[in-house]
Amino acid sequence: MTISPPPVGPAITVAGLTKSYGEHRVLDGIDLTIAAGSIHALLGANGAGKTTLVRILSTLLTADSGTATVVGHDVATQPHQVRAAISLTGQFAAVDEILTGRENLMLIGRLRHVADPRAIASDLLARFDLIDAADRRAATYSGGMRRRLDIAMSLIGDPPVLFLDEPTTGLDPQSRIEVWRTVGELAAGGTTVLLTTQYLDEAEQLADSIAILHGGRIIADGTVAELRELLPPAKVEYVQKQPTLEDVFLALVGQQQ
Amino acid sequence: MTSTMNAAHVSDTATLLGRSLRHISRSPDTIITTAITPVAMLLLFVYVLGGSISVGQENYVNYLLPGILLITVASGISYTAFRLFTDVSTGLFERLQSMPIARSAVLWGHVLTSIVANAVSLVLVVLVALLMGFRSGAGIAAWLGVVGLLALFTLALTWLAVIPGLTAKSVDGVSGFSYPLVFLPFISSAFVPTDGMPGPVRWFAEHQPVTSIVNTLRHLLAEQPVGDDGWIAVAWCVGLLVVAYALAMRTYRRRIS
Repeated sequence: MTISPPPVGPAITVAGLTKSYGEHRVLDGIDLTIAAGSIHALLGANGAGKTTLVRILSTLLTADSGTATVVGHDVATQPHQVRAAISLTGQFAAVDEILTGRENLMLIGRLRHVADPRAIASDLLARFDLIDAADRRAATYSGGMRRRLDIAMSLIGDPPVLFLDEPTTGLDPQSRIEVWRTVGELAAGGTTVLLTTQYLDEAEQLADSIAILHGGRIIADGTVAELRELLPPAKVEYVQKQPTLEDVFLALVGQQQ
Repeated sequence: MTSTMNAAHVSDTATLLGRSLRHISRSPDTIITTAITPVAMLLLFVYVLGGSISVGQENYVNYLLPGILLITVASGISYTAFRLFTDVSTGLFERLQSMPIARSAVLWGHVLTSIVANAVSLVLVVLVALLMGFRSGAGIAAWLGVVGLLALFTLALTWLAVIPGLTAKSVDGVSGFSYPLVFLPFISSAFVPTDGMPGPVRWFAEHQPVTSIVNTLRHLLAEQPVGDDGWIAVAWCVGLLVVAYALAMRTYRRRIS
């Protein structure tokens, strides 16, 4: 096993990828390129095929045709090298509920054969504000804490590419903002993030570029500014802006961060 | 390459074994529950029904114990299926499969845990049997034969348990599969000799695996020659192991591709 070289060129390339379940064509020829160190959002309704694409890229599923590479390694022929370069945070916070937060982190550290699992666990617990809960079973954690632990587990071994499949689904607004901040920090540190979401504002807030997946195809791909240009130019209108319920909620609960 | 792969496999399996043994140490009720049903049967048959059952020997506990031990294993492996099912349903299984580890280590961790957990339950049942008057003058070699055959039987049923663990849709589905296995010893020589059974039932009882395994264990513990039953028992266990392993690995490969 060699350590993957730092990604030069695109971190992820996908060409002509298809996947069907029986008659149902979930992915119908996907082409996608994601620059290293960027946050790319994959936007689509439930059932649009976002998770299928992420599962193929993370070597959990094989495509029917087409190719995909992650930091230069083909997902079909070099799955072990791909796995060494990625971390997957699935739709449901995949933590071991019977183990404590610290033990969860150390388990992943041991499996990734890092030099000092205990030190890395302590460091991540501090970074993700889980020190007080470190030695409690993960079953007692709130949704936001579980998600933070989940993402912390994904960072062990510093994989250059991170897949986040609907990381904020089911989280309360505060936890959602926490996750957003974490993802922003990761990208600033050079990690490539592929994020799937069904929330438009999440994609707009976080992503450097956005691909819209619909009917098994990428129907639009570009920066937020580029996607806006697809529509007629903006015209100036007077609109009285009401605070959204989310603004009200966050103002009331105080937003300690 | 191969030797480092194997070393990684052993170390990853050990890490995952340590993890699920920690699960068991935090919920010792799984071991107790496994032992309770067989112990209850032991009490019921010895103290309630035993007076009316004639097996041609003084000590009915001695006669009964081998079959009770098989029932212990049959009920113990339902927890193996349950633990694997929990990993699959929480997404932890996929997280591990997307990591650069020896992939089958995930299954082997569960399989070895099953061996350890069943061994503890078996010891508990034997201790209760000792209190109830079970005695054996068997030497080291005979005891090694007993332990070896029980280990082989446990391994075979454990790989069988991997299949529902990977495929079940609900907790009920997971535990349901072991009921027939728990019931099978009743139509065998485990509780009463097969001589008194009507024709077709007797034929089934004498040709199903439990009878040869029970007879072998009984003869080993009673310091009697094992005869053909020994080879038939080993053949059944090995055959079951090979088939269960092949089916489990096929199910596993479908699950991850």
